[in-house]
Amino acid sequence: MKLMKTLLAATAMVALAAGAAQAKQLVYCSEASPAHFDPGPLTGGNDFDASSHTIYNRLVDFKPGTTEVVPALAESWEISEDGKVYTFKLRPGVKFHTQPYFTPTRDLTADDVVFSFMRQMDEESPWFNYLEGMTWDYFQGMDMPKYIESIEAVDDLTVKLTLTEPNAPMLANLAMDFAAIVSKEYADQLEASGDLAAFSTQPVGTGPFQFVDYQLDTVIRYAAFPDYWEGKQPIDDLIFAITTDASVRAQRLLAGECDIMPYPAPADLETLQADEKLTVQEGEGLNIGYLAYNTTEAPFDNPDVRKALTMAIDKQAIIDAVYQGAGQDAKNLIPPTMWSYDEATAADVYDPEKAKEMLEAAGVTNLTTDLWAIPVSRPYNPNGQRMAELIQSDWAKVGVTANIVTYEWTEYRERGKQADRKGPFMIGWTGDNGDPDNFFATLFSCSAIGVSNYSSWCNDDFEAAIQAAKTTSDQEERIKLYTTAQEVFKAEEPALTIAHSKVFMPMNKRVLNYTLSPLGTHSFKYVDVAE
Amino acid sequence: MQADNGRLKDQPKQETGLSQLAAQRWAGTPRARPNMLNYILRRVALLVPTIIGISICAFAFVRVLPGDPILAMAGQHGVTPERYEILREQFGYNLPIWQQYFNYLWSVMQGDFGISLATKRPVLTEFMTLFPATIELALSAMFLAVIIGIPAGIFAAVKRGSWFDQFTMGVALTGYSMPIFWWGLLLIIFFSGYLGWTPVSGRIALTFFLRPITGFMLIDTLLYGNWPAFVSALRHLILPAIVLGTIPLAVIARQTRSAMLEVLGEDYVRTAKAKGMSPNRVVNVHALRNALIPVVTTIGLQVGLLLGGAILTETIFTWPGIGKWMIDSISKRDYVVVQSGLLIIALIVMAVNLIVDLLYALINPRIRVQ
Amino acid sequence: MATTTPTVGTTKPVSGLREFWFYFSVNRGAVIGLTVFTILLFVAIFAPLIAPHLPDAQYRDALLKPPIWDANSDPRFILGTDPVGRDILSRLIHGARYSLFIGFFVVIGALVVGVLLGVLAGYFRGWVDALIMRIMDIILAFPPLLLALVLVAILGPGLFNAMIAIALVLQPHFARLVRAAVMAEKNREYVTAAKLSGAGHFRLMLITILPNCLGPLIVQATLSFSNAILEAAALGFLGMGAQPPTPEWGTMLASAREFILKAPWVVTFPGLAILITVLAINLIGDGLRDALDPKLKRS
Repeated sequence: MKLMKTLLAATAMVALAAGAAQAKQLVYCSEASPAHFDPGPLTGGNDFDASSHTIYNRLVDFKPGTTEVVPALAESWEISEDGKVYTFKLRPGVKFHTQPYFTPTRDLTADDVVFSFMRQMDEESPWFNYLEGMTWDYFQGMDMPKYIESIEAVDDLTVKLTLTEPNAPMLANLAMDFAAIVSKEYADQLEASGDLAAFSTQPVGTGPFQFVDYQLDTVIRYAAFPDYWEGKQPIDDLIFAITTDASVRAQRLLAGECDIMPYPAPADLETLQADEKLTVQEGEGLNIGYLAYNTTEAPFDNPDVRKALTMAIDKQAIIDAVYQGAGQDAKNLIPPTMWSYDEATAADVYDPEKAKEMLEAAGVTNLTTDLWAIPVSRPYNPNGQRMAELIQSDWAKVGVTANIVTYEWTEYRERGKQADRKGPFMIGWTGDNGDPDNFFATLFSCSAIGVSNYSSWCNDDFEAAIQAAKTTSDQEERIKLYTTAQEVFKAEEPALTIAHSKVFMPMNKRVLNYTLSPLGTHSFKYVDVAE
Repeated sequence: MQADNGRLKDQPKQETGLSQLAAQRWAGTPRARPNMLNYILRRVALLVPTIIGISICAFAFVRVLPGDPILAMAGQHGVTPERYEILREQFGYNLPIWQQYFNYLWSVMQGDFGISLATKRPVLTEFMTLFPATIELALSAMFLAVIIGIPAGIFAAVKRGSWFDQFTMGVALTGYSMPIFWWGLLLIIFFSGYLGWTPVSGRIALTFFLRPITGFMLIDTLLYGNWPAFVSALRHLILPAIVLGTIPLAVIARQTRSAMLEVLGEDYVRTAKAKGMSPNRVVNVHALRNALIPVVTTIGLQVGLLLGGAILTETIFTWPGIGKWMIDSISKRDYVVVQSGLLIIALIVMAVNLIVDLLYALINPRIRVQ
Repeated sequence: MATTTPTVGTTKPVSGLREFWFYFSVNRGAVIGLTVFTILLFVAIFAPLIAPHLPDAQYRDALLKPPIWDANSDPRFILGTDPVGRDILSRLIHGARYSLFIGFFVVIGALVVGVLLGVLAGYFRGWVDALIMRIMDIILAFPPLLLALVLVAILGPGLFNAMIAIALVLQPHFARLVRAAVMAEKNREYVTAAKLSGAGHFRLMLITILPNCLGPLIVQATLSFSNAILEAAALGFLGMGAQPPTPEWGTMLASAREFILKAPWVVTFPGLAILITVLAINLIGDGLRDALDPKLKRS
């Protein structure tokens, strides 16, 4: 009987598919399976692509192709004089998706917004813990519990957010994926039925696409949401074909099995660019790959030694062999596309002779050290082993013996954080929200020592500049402060900034209007396909 | 145990040295027992300590894996120490180790294999979703191996020493020596990249949207009556099946040949020949049936190896099965999946080996010896 | 109790190298295999003298150069270069050392442990036997590659750890083989005779009984040798074996996998090297079996 039912449903589905043969379809070869479809507790870029950018919206959003914050579900907002109270006016008439498992009876209201945040901070809420062992990583990671004093609904379409202290990056934080607005009505329905976990597997949002089906580790299907508040999307069906291996993705794209793919292997770029069916979009990544010296360990506690070691490394060779040209020499910690980037900084020079002299002058001879190679491939460092091999061979030329060490990824980061770690440590960062604070304070503030300050570096001048910049909302002032921070950084060299990787997005020529995001997200809003 | 193994001269031998060694590469060797019921009971009783041992191993492996399950769940921002403690408690990682084990064993006995750390879905559900893909691949690989390997082995044996025999056995030994991950890459380069004949990866073209009924793509497409979808599924299956089937094919061909040779040399076959029976009839009636017994056993015993090969094959072809699931989970440090996945896979291997052993004891005419 | 190795009982001690060589050399494949293997061994031993370049010398002006027969090739590099400009031929030559070393080490490790456990189990029977055999059952219940993967994940990726893991996975075969052989031999007359003349357990086990199981053991060791190379390469391919820049063939393959479209030669040659080595060893294995297994000699 059950089989019969399934068969009937299936036949209907096939008929539907046949009838909709004219439907415009876009196939995206995505790089990994999403854990689930609730962006709040998730952390992976692939998770967000599959949920936050398709199914959901946020109060504010990043303008496509930039890190500029623009209105989304909030039509407008006001910030009080003291920078502590944000009042958001919601867009009226925003519809939630209608799904076989949920039929909305009302439009988006302030209650939904309040719920979306309260579930992440109210430990009493059943939603705080609705999946076993879940954590609200981004909400915590961006220090939201520390900054948010309260969030309340003033009326149906007005939300008031009160902060404990002024925080310049707050608006950008609200455009981040974890701040997706979910449906309280749907949550209530699930709470009544007792099946809270369905919230993560059968999502309901206000976004441009609605969820249709997910086959584990294989394919996710979405359909354009007809009542989307910005209007229905040009394509009808959006398909994520999960393909974890980069070279397989490239082959699928070449074979026409998908229309667009992220993260091509640098080695495949030439082939992809040469193919006449394809175009490859190219952009700057909002990331940095760097080598953190432990500034509390002799002889790396001497800035001259750090600078000499940097000088001994042929960065161009690394960019050629590791990034395969898909990287750009990093002279600052933040990438050049980010505001406050200090153009005046001098690029690192490769001069093994001088490096050797400087090391000798500092009394460093026959140095033997560990060199930590990142065990996984990240956008900011596609191949840690290969990079380590190159550095090892460069350092050998100035009399420094490096032993390459590596551990499993979580273990690697845990060990790397320790203040008594021996040897320079390869690591990197991908920007969350386009604010310089997200780089400087997260990676090199004194309070980040033992968390994500892998250099254990605490410098008074640097610290003063970045803390002042965090609480000021005057953009000019902030730029000045961050410029100072970059000057101090360069003079002290707590880490060797290696490269910012470029982002490539190979796609079939029939894909129209795709915009690369500097934040590394993949959104198919506004994308069309040629017939 | 008698020195001469009590082998009866007029019965086919249990196994040849060659086939037996080949079988060892894959798993244990079958045994025969005098009393069937007694034998079954003993076999099953022996499983109990093994199963407990396996569960201890799966549990212990995961405890000593380097890395931290809670940190593995967190993103680039990490978790606060307070939150870390709360989570440790929630997952029961703060309990004494033996208590964790018994809790685990208890829930497994109730059919609860835990919740995946990464996806928060029950491990058993994920397993059941992905297992049909692996089974489909493995069965297709075995199918290829059997329909090519057995005839090839028979012909090689009958035409012993001919160029066909030498060629077949040369190819078989090459297949047996093949690093299959490399083989898969070569096939992709040639058939998908250069010729464009077969799809690169996946189980079916994405234009077909069929909700799984059985989970077996070939069967599902037929149930839907969707012929183009069936063809698509078949095209997707062919390369992975060839890659996974290569080693079993080589083993089966070699083993069939040597089993045939052995049987053909037996007295009763010689007698049949001497009586003037036609060579074809000798092969078909007498030799084949007896020669196939050890072959069939080997086929059954290759489950463990097929699952191992599936890890490589599924990785190369992005085939959404349990092999890829396991290796992804190991690298993602999804501790719960690794632990329960190991347990489930080992139980399946054991169950299949048991069935094969029992079947073997049933069909093997040597059973009453000793 | 049926033995798992019906051939063991009839194996006689090899009555001289001459006879062995006679049977071995009849098998043309085995001779070819032995020749190739000898060459490989020679290459491995004298790798530093033969290799045209150092295995980890990076020629940064020659990244990913194709092999000599290609128009864009560089005459210095016969089989081309890898992504950091290392000579592939030199790396393959040095890689032979690793593969053969892995094979030898794993076989010796598995052999020693397996034989010891097998002899103990077969000789003493009772609870010793039950315990050892159940442990072997547990190991055999896991697919070998999966178990090796998990073990390497526990021990940490690396060549040495991979070898330990593979040896552990392969040793139950030796244990089962030896146990069955010991059980078969134990009650034979010459053993009883030795026992009566006052030989101790140790002497009985290792000096009297074991040499009589040598034939199948050698064949099994050859099989394990090629298996070990394959499994180590598979682990390397999955990133869990030898770590770069070690010129181990599987690892070379893995780190070159992204170049499958752009530079197929960096993927092709290491795989070919693995195949040739394993094939040579398996050919020898077949020859050994023919020569050491008197039953097959007849047929």
